[in-house]
Amino acid sequence: MELTTVWFLLIAVLWTGYFVLEGFDFGVGVLLPFLGRDETDRRTILATIGPVWDGNEVWLIVAGGATFAAFPEWYATLFSGFYLPLFAILVALILRGVAIEYRGKSDNPRGWDRSMFFGSLLPAFLWGVAFANIVRGVPLDADHEYTGSLLTLLNPYALLGGLATLTLFTLHGALFLTLRTEGDLRARAATLSKLLALAALAVGGAFLVITQLTVGRPATWVVAGIAAAGIGASLPATLRGRDGWAFTASAVAIVAVTVTLFGNLWPNVMPALDPANSLTVDNASSTPYTLAVMTWVAVVFTPLVLAYQGWTYWIFRRRLTRSRS
Amino acid sequence: MDVLDLSRWQFGITTVYHFLFVPLTIGLSVIVAGLQTAWYRTGKPAYLRLTKFWGKLFLINFAMGVVTGIVQEFQFGMNWSDYSRFVGDVFGAPLAMEGLMAFFLESTFLGLWIFGWDRLSPRLHLATIWAVAIGTNLSAYFILAANSWMQHPVGYRLNPETGRAELTDIWAVLTNSTALVTLPHVIFGAFITAGAFITGVSAWQLLKKRHIELFRTSARMAMAVTLVASVGVAFSGHWQAQIMTEQQPMKMAAAEALWEDESSAGFSIFAVGDVARGRNHINLQIPYGLSLLSTNTLDGRVEGINDVQARYEALYGPGDYRPIIGVAYWSFRLMIGFGVLAALLAAAGLWLTRRGRLPENPWFHRIAIWGIGLPFLANSLGWIFTEMGRQPWTVFGVMRTAAAVSPGVDIPEVAITLVGFTLLYGVLAAIEVRLLLKFIRIGPEDEPGQESADVAPALSY
Repeated sequence: MELTTVWFLLIAVLWTGYFVLEGFDFGVGVLLPFLGRDETDRRTILATIGPVWDGNEVWLIVAGGATFAAFPEWYATLFSGFYLPLFAILVALILRGVAIEYRGKSDNPRGWDRSMFFGSLLPAFLWGVAFANIVRGVPLDADHEYTGSLLTLLNPYALLGGLATLTLFTLHGALFLTLRTEGDLRARAATLSKLLALAALAVGGAFLVITQLTVGRPATWVVAGIAAAGIGASLPATLRGRDGWAFTASAVAIVAVTVTLFGNLWPNVMPALDPANSLTVDNASSTPYTLAVMTWVAVVFTPLVLAYQGWTYWIFRRRLTRSRS
Repeated sequence: MDVLDLSRWQFGITTVYHFLFVPLTIGLSVIVAGLQTAWYRTGKPAYLRLTKFWGKLFLINFAMGVVTGIVQEFQFGMNWSDYSRFVGDVFGAPLAMEGLMAFFLESTFLGLWIFGWDRLSPRLHLATIWAVAIGTNLSAYFILAANSWMQHPVGYRLNPETGRAELTDIWAVLTNSTALVTLPHVIFGAFITAGAFITGVSAWQLLKKRHIELFRTSARMAMAVTLVASVGVAFSGHWQAQIMTEQQPMKMAAAEALWEDESSAGFSIFAVGDVARGRNHINLQIPYGLSLLSTNTLDGRVEGINDVQARYEALYGPGDYRPIIGVAYWSFRLMIGFGVLAALLAAAGLWLTRRGRLPENPWFHRIAIWGIGLPFLANSLGWIFTEMGRQPWTVFGVMRTAAAVSPGVDIPEVAITLVGFTLLYGVLAAIEVRLLLKFIRIGPEDEPGQESADVAPALSY
């Protein structure tokens, strides 16, 4: 396999990891005001992601760094082109991170809850907008500079993509809370997750179908089907109280959605409306030497990271309970 | 102001701000790990109380470092896309390594440390804070290797076809002489920062006559750390000056307002100059000081601004190759000055608290509280010096800052993000300081070990 292919796959893996892991963090943040009836509820909800959210966010940082190292042209065009949406994502991630860490130490936790909500909602929506635009193609000139405006990015298809990731991540968060809590809180999360599964199936399904009809290729129809099946399967699993399987199903759905998007993208990394200006794995990539160096680093350290992050989830595997104080 | 100026202001503001939190994180992570090790080894409750108290302040500070750090990585692509296109092949590698090797390590294990007090064995729990400390220090190394390549590009070639820099030797980039001398300077600076912070907070507690034995121990430990680190900063700074004289003579000359090449050059203490005419009106000097600092000999030859300018015009073509001399001169001087004051304060404090003593007079406590600010000023000025002193280059001798900015980003966009980040950062600074003060006032828990550091009592795992 060519190294450019390896790195395209690796960056797809990093985004997949980010969406699967941070996806439920976002969902938990969005659901905080709806499921948290009292202070203990809200603390319990946030405690489910407390030990892991920061490690999950690093997947984004590494995806960004890997894109910079392996496909500098892609990194430069994407980040300067999607300037204001990325600014909004950054502000949201800052507010959310500070909210999680400072809420419990502050005298005014309710104020932080708003930061938590919007700081989770906005990226969950905007990442969908961004990836819908990447897959559909944006106006680029011969120097690979983005020539559109903010409004170019806020087209109906991209907004649908935003709603798709938002509902999917919210569902994922609801299923995570169902899995990680007990009693009344768990029951409410389970009930909500059924509604969210239907919503995600409708919105996500519409997005995937339009994606497949416009830029899809035969192979990704199968993956898109798996995505729909994953969302669908979470419903019966929740009904039968198989919380672990329900969460796994939504994780599979997120993996499948990401694979569908990247599968349609290949061999482009950022298609332009004029195909002559498209960024591809070849014209956006670093030199073979850099890719070889980074491949060694990735081969050694990625399994290590997966091992210790997996171990963290094992340590914090028990459900959170309200104490009867 | 054009896009270039606004982008530079944004980079300056967000980077200096980010680096207020980073050194404290680096220093405190190791000190907290050391305190927890002391508790693990001796079983003395005092060490556990200190671990938890300083650990809490460490966490408040760490969060700010994390959230402002994401901006740093995105900013290269957002505001400096032509820079990213030009250097990505070389510069991206250490950044990606930093994420994969250091950020995952520190953030994952910090989660385990915060929530793992009751769920991990004491030995394993101790290992998690050391993993955090290793991660933070490792991240400093990788980002300094990346920055050092901008100061002194090595291990690359210019591809004439694409006009881009291409990596040819990763080992050369990772063992860049500039990186190897900058790393100890930054790390020792971080320990001075953490030392002065702990000293100042302890002084406040002692002034209020609270937990006297605990905070006397804290203060003495911290002042010892500061003093040792100050020696390290001075020596590494000396090596840096030598390397800078060799690699970036213009920066050294600007730091000294040295206009003409000179043997037996003096170290300037105070100068008033005329930049347009290229000379000083007043220049108070320590004789031979600069030659000694930058060449290790009394009669070493140091290049002057006007001469380097002439040489660079011959080498790189017409243009102004001088940084803003006033900024370089004063940031360099004040960095050293604030660092020296922090070291003197620690030395005085160690003397005043010798053999079980505590200063009677409250003046020392008050100075120590204000002394917290000294290393923060020195750190910021050091970075302002090293980055502003490299101008007009972004990659020294290879790429000018003016050529690095994003061509597709317009003034309103950069203005929005510049104002947005500045306001947001201002509010966050106020919140962080209030939170630190709150927990400093609350002080150490009386009976530690009863609950997790960060989980509400009503919860259990």
